Amino acid sequence: MSGFFDRMFGRSSSKSSSSLAKERLQFILVHDRINLPPERMEAMKAEILAVISKYVAVDQDNVDIALQQRNRDSLIVAEIPFSQSKDSTDEAKRRLGQDMDTPRSDQSGTVDEADDF
Amino acid sequence: MAAKVVTVTSGKGGVGKTTATANLGVALARLGKKVVLIDADVGLRNLDIVMGLENRIVYDLVDVIEGRCQLRQAMIKHKQFPDLFLIPAAQTRDKTAVSPADMIQITDKLRPEFDFILIDSPAGIERGFRNAVASADEVLIVTNPEVSAVRDADRIIGLLEANNKGPAKLILNRVNPDMVKRGEMMSADDVTDILAIKLIGIVPEDEHVIPASNSGVPVTLNENSKAGQAFRNIARRLTGENVPFMTLQESGGFFQRLARLFSGQGE
Ligand SMILES: Nc1ncnc2c1ncn2[C@@H]1O[C@H](COP(=O)(O)OP(=O)(O)OP(=O)(O)O)[C@@H](O)[C@H]1O
Ligand SMILES: [Mg+2]
Repeated sequence: MSGFFDRMFGRSSSKSSSSLAKERLQFILVHDRINLPPERMEAMKAEILAVISKYVAVDQDNVDIALQQRNRDSLIVAEIPFSQSKDSTDEAKRRLGQDMDTPRSDQSGTVDEADDF
Repeated sequence: MAAKVVTVTSGKGGVGKTTATANLGVALARLGKKVVLIDADVGLRNLDIVMGLENRIVYDLVDVIEGRCQLRQAMIKHKQFPDLFLIPAAQTRDKTAVSPADMIQITDKLRPEFDFILIDSPAGIERGFRNAVASADEVLIVTNPEVSAVRDADRIIGLLEANNKGPAKLILNRVNPDMVKRGEMMSADDVTDILAIKLIGIVPEDEHVIPASNSGVPVTLNENSKAGQAFRNIARRLTGENVPFMTLQESGGFFQRLARLFSGQGE
C-alpha cells in the first residue's frame, strides 16, 4: 500500500534501497572474489589496452573493462571499441611505435599515483 | 547411530548464530532426535544462556580437551528434553585453547550416540571459525538481509569452498516482510541470487526472540512465534523432510491468513 503512495508521489521514481543494496553487493563481491587490489586491477586494464592497441586502433574514450558476476563465477568483461577514424591503421602504427619506445612505464606510473587517494 | 555434524556460522557477528543453534537444537529434540550442542565460541560463551542452562555448568569444552574431566561430565542435559545436551564453551579462555583436531576428536566420540551434533561458531574467519567447521558434515550460514552481513557470508562461502566444506546452506534471519515489500530490504531471492547457495530457511524479525532469550526458553517453544515456526521448519528440513517455504507476506493480510489456514503453517 505504501508502495502505491510512494509511486504516486514519485518517491520511488528513484531506485528502491533494496535494489541499491543488491547492486552494491554485486559490485563489492565481484571485487572481493577476484581479490585483486585496485592498483593491480588498473595496471591490468592498462596492459590489456596496450596489447590490443598494438593491433587495432582503439576508441580510448569508450573502453569499458570491468568485473562481472555470473552465479559464483567472476568474469572480466571488456568492451573495447575500435576507433572509426579513417587513419585508424596509421594510428595503430603510431601507438605501436610509441609502445616500443616507452614500454608502459608511463602508464603504470600515472595509474599508481592516481590510485593513491 | 551416526550423527550428522552441523555447524552454524556467519562471518559477521550478531546475526543470529547462537539463536539459530539453540532453536534448531530444541526443535530437533522435539522431533525425537538425539542432539548435542557444542558452543565453540570460546571466550564469549552464550549458548548456555539462550538455552537457560547457565547455572548448571560445571565443566566446559576446554576442560574436556585439557583432560580435567570426561566428555560426559561436560555434557549438560536439558531439563525438558532428556535427549538434548549442551557442551558449553570456556568463558575465561581464548580460541587458541581449542584446535581443529580437538574438535574432530570430540565429535568423533559423540557421533555414535547422537543424531545431530550442532556447533555454534564464533563470528570471524580465524581460529574459532576453523575449529567450528573442522568436523562439519554440513554448514549453515546465517546472515541478515544487509549489505555487510551478506558480504561476510560470501567470504565464508568462499573459504568453505576452498576447503571442500561446501556447499553450505543459508539461513536468512531477521527478515521484515513489510520492509521487503516496500523495497527497503533485500528479499530472500535477492540474497540467494547474490550468494548462489541453497536456502534452508527464512526467519522473520520477531519480537518474541528477545523475551525468549530473557527467560532462557528458546523461541521455538513459543507456538505463537513466527521465528519459532521458521526454526521448526528448518529442523524438519535438516532431517531430510521437504518442507515448502511459506511466503512471508505482511502479517495481517486476509489472503495471507487464508493461505496460512490452508497450508496449516506459517514460516
Ligand atoms: N529473528 C530474530 N528476531 C529478532 N531478534 C533476533 C532474531 N534473531 C536474533 N535476534 C537477536 O539478535 C541478537 C544477536 O543474536 P545472536 O546472539 O544469536 O547472534 P550471534 O550471531 O550468535 O552473535 P555473535 O556473533 O556475537 O555470537 C540477539 O539479541 C538476538 O536476540
Ligand atoms: Mg553467538
